[in-house]
Amino acid sequence: MDASAHDVLLVGGGGAGLRAAIAAAEVNPKLSIAVVSKVYPMRSHTVSAEGGAAGVVKSDDSLDEHAYDTISGGDWLCDQDAVEAFVKEAPQELLQLERWGCPWSRDPDGHIAVRAFGGMKKRRTWFAADKTGFHMLHTLFQTTLKFDPITRYDEWFVTKLLVDDGRVQGVVAIELMSGKIQAITAKAVILCTGGCGRVFPFTTNANIKNGDGMALAHRAGAPLKDMEFVQYHPTGLPFTGILITEAARAEGGYLLNKDGYRYLQDYNLGKPQAKPVLRSMELGPRDRLSQAFVKEDQKGRTLETPYGSVVHLDLRHLGEKVINSKLPFVRELCLKYQNIDPLKELIPVRPVVHYMMGGVSTDINGATPLPGLYAAGEVACVSINGANRLGSNSLPECLVFGTRAGKAAALYAAEQNAADGKALAQANEERKRLEAQFLRGHGGRERVATIRDEMQQTIEKSAGIYREETSLAEGANKLFELQERYQDISLDDRSRTFNTELESALELGFMLDVAESIVQCALHRTESRGAHQRTDFPARDDKNFLAHSLVFRKPDGSSRVEYLPVKITRWSPGERVYGEQAPEKPKEMPQALPAKRAG
Amino acid sequence: MADKIVLEIPRYSPERDTKPHFEQFEVPVHKEWVVLDALNYIKDRVDGSLTYRWSCRMGICGSCGMMVNGEPKLSCATFLSSYSRNGNKLRIEPLRYFPVIRDLVTELSDFLVKLKAVKPWLIRQEEPPPSDGEFLQTPEQLEEYKQYSMCINCTLCYAACPVVGLDPVFVGPAAIALAQRYNKDSRDQGSDDRMAVLAHPEGIWGCTFVGECTRVCPKHVDPAGAIQQYKLKAALDWVKSVLYATRP
Repeated sequence: MDASAHDVLLVGGGGAGLRAAIAAAEVNPKLSIAVVSKVYPMRSHTVSAEGGAAGVVKSDDSLDEHAYDTISGGDWLCDQDAVEAFVKEAPQELLQLERWGCPWSRDPDGHIAVRAFGGMKKRRTWFAADKTGFHMLHTLFQTTLKFDPITRYDEWFVTKLLVDDGRVQGVVAIELMSGKIQAITAKAVILCTGGCGRVFPFTTNANIKNGDGMALAHRAGAPLKDMEFVQYHPTGLPFTGILITEAARAEGGYLLNKDGYRYLQDYNLGKPQAKPVLRSMELGPRDRLSQAFVKEDQKGRTLETPYGSVVHLDLRHLGEKVINSKLPFVRELCLKYQNIDPLKELIPVRPVVHYMMGGVSTDINGATPLPGLYAAGEVACVSINGANRLGSNSLPECLVFGTRAGKAAALYAAEQNAADGKALAQANEERKRLEAQFLRGHGGRERVATIRDEMQQTIEKSAGIYREETSLAEGANKLFELQERYQDISLDDRSRTFNTELESALELGFMLDVAESIVQCALHRTESRGAHQRTDFPARDDKNFLAHSLVFRKPDGSSRVEYLPVKITRWSPGERVYGEQAPEKPKEMPQALPAKRAG
Repeated sequence: MADKIVLEIPRYSPERDTKPHFEQFEVPVHKEWVVLDALNYIKDRVDGSLTYRWSCRMGICGSCGMMVNGEPKLSCATFLSSYSRNGNKLRIEPLRYFPVIRDLVTELSDFLVKLKAVKPWLIRQEEPPPSDGEFLQTPEQLEEYKQYSMCINCTLCYAACPVVGLDPVFVGPAAIALAQRYNKDSRDQGSDDRMAVLAHPEGIWGCTFVGECTRVCPKHVDPAGAIQQYKLKAALDWVKSVLYATRP
């Protein structure tokens, strides 16, 4: 069996993966670094991020305020040491991107421009019009082209992590173009595969977001953390699920119910003002806005469409100049995909699955409990996002923790020996398994699309914006059934060359595992916090659940859930307050503990 | 009952075929459906072996370029209903001028080589310390190169360019536009390096200014304009070099 050997191997070539690759190359230019991605890196889903990247840069702002917004936004489930490192390093990382050529939007004097964003008390979101992720990704990708130690495996699909002698020693991957299945060994592996939105039926996530890295890590024995926390973004276009960025509200857009009423004022989010007010109304956090939509829908004050109920996003009063300069992509998407012009018309929107707060459990340096395995970006859970991520924190998260994981993996790899023969033998077993199950088998009765559709309907019904024990238990049973039926999948395509049906089948296998983790964590957390709302346990329960869920996979495929206490440094848990009662500054919070600076 | 449309798609697998053959698939037309939705309908329900690339389905990842009735298009941004009145047949083919791996999937590695060749990264003679903060750049300076930075690498412009068809080594529209994106960036100091790559017959001089690249670009980048600006600069540089060379 062919094999290639590297020192550090990235799975995924989006924002976190490319940033990690550069960081590893800069730590030690002698290292051989591989970026293995199932798509060309510039196709990665970072490309779709619109609104911006938060980092304290203006003189009226402070790191503590960014930390406080993040921690309260996450309903006190964030690890505060990680948040403190994050807010400190985010501006440096965004500046580094500027030095690499990222076309950040500017103030008239040439300095970086910042915009408001949901849940943020100060303007601190850097942006490149409303194509921030696109520009960041292309800047990173084009910059990696000048680093010779970085070898790319474009359009290689990773099916398994190689684990031997208690450490990760590489991956097994399919080269899509040829169909070749081989080992790519490495002394350290960093998962940067992004989220898992496609587990759900209605999502902003690209087709490639199947939780690959989460399932790979879980199967290899690493725990997943906080998988019950799934973010619904309040403003997706019906049918396509295309995201209308929060920047549309930050620039002053209104959310209206069917009567043209700014309904968020009824949900403890402040009083409506003509101009946007930070941490208030339309600039409340995403979990609260999506939950308000469900309540409004239950009151019969939304509009019916063939693709579910909607409310309206109104940008008309912003005028052509603001829309064209600050939100050109919003206008383009509305015109191209919804056939409406936001200059003159209301945009129909509904909550849409957008982001996974949970993921592969890592420490502050991206290391998982499994030696040799690291993770960064949406696939990982450090956790800086807690129970609800604030908009514009995910792009800098990719950079800060991509860099940290890249450096840590490079240092670790320098002290390891090359992969041993047992790892290669495992790769051979994996190749035989794939061939036997998918390419040679006959008589299977199930189609990929059928099981996928049933999984998506199941998870939405059981673990949507609101959950309760009965529906979660039913979901768990149904997913168990789907796992059994998955073994009976039959492919139309048994060929080697660019077999996308095989790829879809393997992705479905990953998604089923991820879906089960979500449901198990949601069943066990008998409280409501952030994006996890249990109608049967509507209150937050700090006594029992100021802790991260850790879900382990048992040898028989079932799961075990444990809890890990949240790390508190300076901000003891308080009420989440938005609207006019929102605190001006975190230090005025009565609950704040004495300052304890980490070294 | 929804309207129907027939998609004609060339099928090709190197394991099975020596050349492509067309197959027809009848699919329903919903008013919200784009060409990509029709392909997904076929793959999910009719023939799981139909092979094509796609990802974001919002016109930004650049994966799903195809020829739609002979025009290079992003299949996620092309409504089926725009075609359902015209004889109810729609021909979907892989992007022209690229080698085909299978069905609608083209080989991109040559484009990646060309992209890297033009050094599409910020080149600096000196690197100020991070404590100096950001490079200042006014909105007007940003505007100078902004449209060239919008390229999503979808390669529709290569499929539209007759020169690419005649001369496969031509660097091509997107790569030249991206070179110009950095040349015109006030922070960049590398335009001479890039000129060395582009001022030869397979670089900018290959272009015969047909302008198709600009016409088909889904992101309103103007590669044709970039190439003309480049030619002008190359010509001026040449004149300058002759003048300087003749000085005593």
